[in-house]
Amino acid sequence: MSPRRVSAQADAVGRRDRPLLITVDGEAVEGIDGQSIAGVMLAAGRLGWCRGVSGAARGVFCGIGVCFNCLVTVGAERDVRACRRRARDGDVVTLQSRKPSTPGTVQESGTEDG
Amino acid sequence: MTPPHVTVVGAGPAGLAAAETALTAGAEVTLIDSAEQPGGQYHRMLPDAYAAVRPERLQHGWRAFDRRRRRVLAHPRCTWWPDTTVWALERLAPHEPGPPRVHVLCGPADGADRRRLRLDPDALVLAVGAHDRMLPFPGWELPGVFTAGAAQALAKGERVVVGDRVVVAGTGPFLLPVAASLLEAGSRVSAVLEANVTATVARGWSQRPWELAAQAGKAGELAEYTAALIRHRVPCRTGRAVIEARGDGRVEEVVTARLRGDWSVVPGSERTIAVDAVCVTHGFSPQLELPVAAGCALRGSSAGEFVDVDDDQRTSCPGVYASGEITGIAGAPAARAEGALAGWVAGGGDPAAPALRHLRRSRDQGRAFAERLVRAHPIGAAWHGWLRPETVVCRCEETDYASICRAVTNVASAAARVAKLETRAGLGPCQARMCGPTVAELSARLRGEPLGRPVEGLPAAVPHHRPIAQPIRLGELAGGPDHIPNDTA
Repeated sequence: MSPRRVSAQADAVGRRDRPLLITVDGEAVEGIDGQSIAGVMLAAGRLGWCRGVSGAARGVFCGIGVCFNCLVTVGAERDVRACRRRARDGDVVTLQSRKPSTPGTVQESGTEDG
Repeated sequence: MTPPHVTVVGAGPAGLAAAETALTAGAEVTLIDSAEQPGGQYHRMLPDAYAAVRPERLQHGWRAFDRRRRRVLAHPRCTWWPDTTVWALERLAPHEPGPPRVHVLCGPADGADRRRLRLDPDALVLAVGAHDRMLPFPGWELPGVFTAGAAQALAKGERVVVGDRVVVAGTGPFLLPVAASLLEAGSRVSAVLEANVTATVARGWSQRPWELAAQAGKAGELAEYTAALIRHRVPCRTGRAVIEARGDGRVEEVVTARLRGDWSVVPGSERTIAVDAVCVTHGFSPQLELPVAAGCALRGSSAGEFVDVDDDQRTSCPGVYASGEITGIAGAPAARAEGALAGWVAGGGDPAAPALRHLRRSRDQGRAFAERLVRAHPIGAAWHGWLRPETVVCRCEETDYASICRAVTNVASAAARVAKLETRAGLGPCQARMCGPTVAELSARLRGEPLGRPVEGLPAAVPHHRPIAQPIRLGELAGGPDHIPNDTA
């Protein structure tokens, strides 16, 4: 089982969902207007989307912009905290890795080419 | 006479109260928050786009908060800057009076085209709050391990639950609202585990019980959460902790164990619980980079360092006031009282006004509550017993426990700066916000002295010293501030 969004019908707060669509590494992911990029990805069942220095998966940890574990590229902007950035319809999200591309270098292996 | 200009950083319970009383005192107020909506973590609001009809369902004290929020934001002398990050505080030359210059970026979080602005207020109220402190344990870096605050923020702020079978663990009363909001959102909470043994919790809370009467509101709130846990038959245990998370690429199970009073693990008491998420908190760390950048003196306590303030919430830095969790972890009612005091005095109100008496009383009761909280929910001295040599301590750089032990016990690298460079712990994107207190504590324990020894020729390393308080892109930095609202107003 995975993280999910409370369904609008069952939600005690009585909300109205306006769907939006972002792409994550080219794959379409559906969310609702008002969500953070992290929330959209979590609710779509994605849990770990960044790669740490060893290549291990990382995702949301602190949820409030302090731990910097959930960094993604949004459009041309690298290192965006997914938990703090509102998703906009049509956002093109690219996943990042901090694993060095060649052994011995400390340069970040980026996904700048998207 | 032009009214004084007060800048309030943070629009949670403390900041919002500060803005309100500064306005009442006659000041011009600029209220800044990095979020889109006021409320902070405690009153985290749903996005406007959700068009929620009953937002009060997720909030304690919603009516009072909602009234205050509307009053403040609609006030003609209040300027509200949402989505705004303070990235630096610039101290002025000694002969220039007043608080530091405030440098901000307005726009989407970590965006490339944010507006860069500068404020020169007559008084600055810092109300930036705190974040979860989490002690490391094997597997805590796996996706699916969340801070309790993350689970709370996602459930309250965007109606996302982190999992369907969740264990909530750590220490402190915050475990209860987190478990309750997961239940409300339809998750199954497999267990709520308080690491401190019953005797510690009971001793902390039962001393001078008459003091607690003043916190009746808080007690009622906690009683409601407890009732929710009982209704859902959630097993709640004291003296038990999550000591390991396991899984292939994500958390699949946690190992829990019984703890003694000092948090040493009772051998043979381990149990495995299948989970798809685990939420942990071991208390809160105040966000001290802005107070430190402003030059505010800190005070040490058994719960860590906080901003030192006087009876009027003044810091050691002229024109700078502090309120809320950065002065001590005392909860929302105390934060509101502190904020209200700070805002009034910062806005030029009379510190001797009789109306402040009840605010001071409420603040002092909050401080007593904070001390009690520390006594009832301390971090046990033997917690590191659950670490293994390969356990990640710094999440950003993946520095393990063995490397930290090696660096701090080696005489040549024992200075904080050298140990940091050698292990890279604290050098990653979070800038030691997560591992800093843990590395400092482990170092002190392993060496028998704090890791504060300066390197020859360099000033002593100061934790929380982050001259760039929030990331700014080089393009934004090169662009310069595009106007000064004070001068154009």
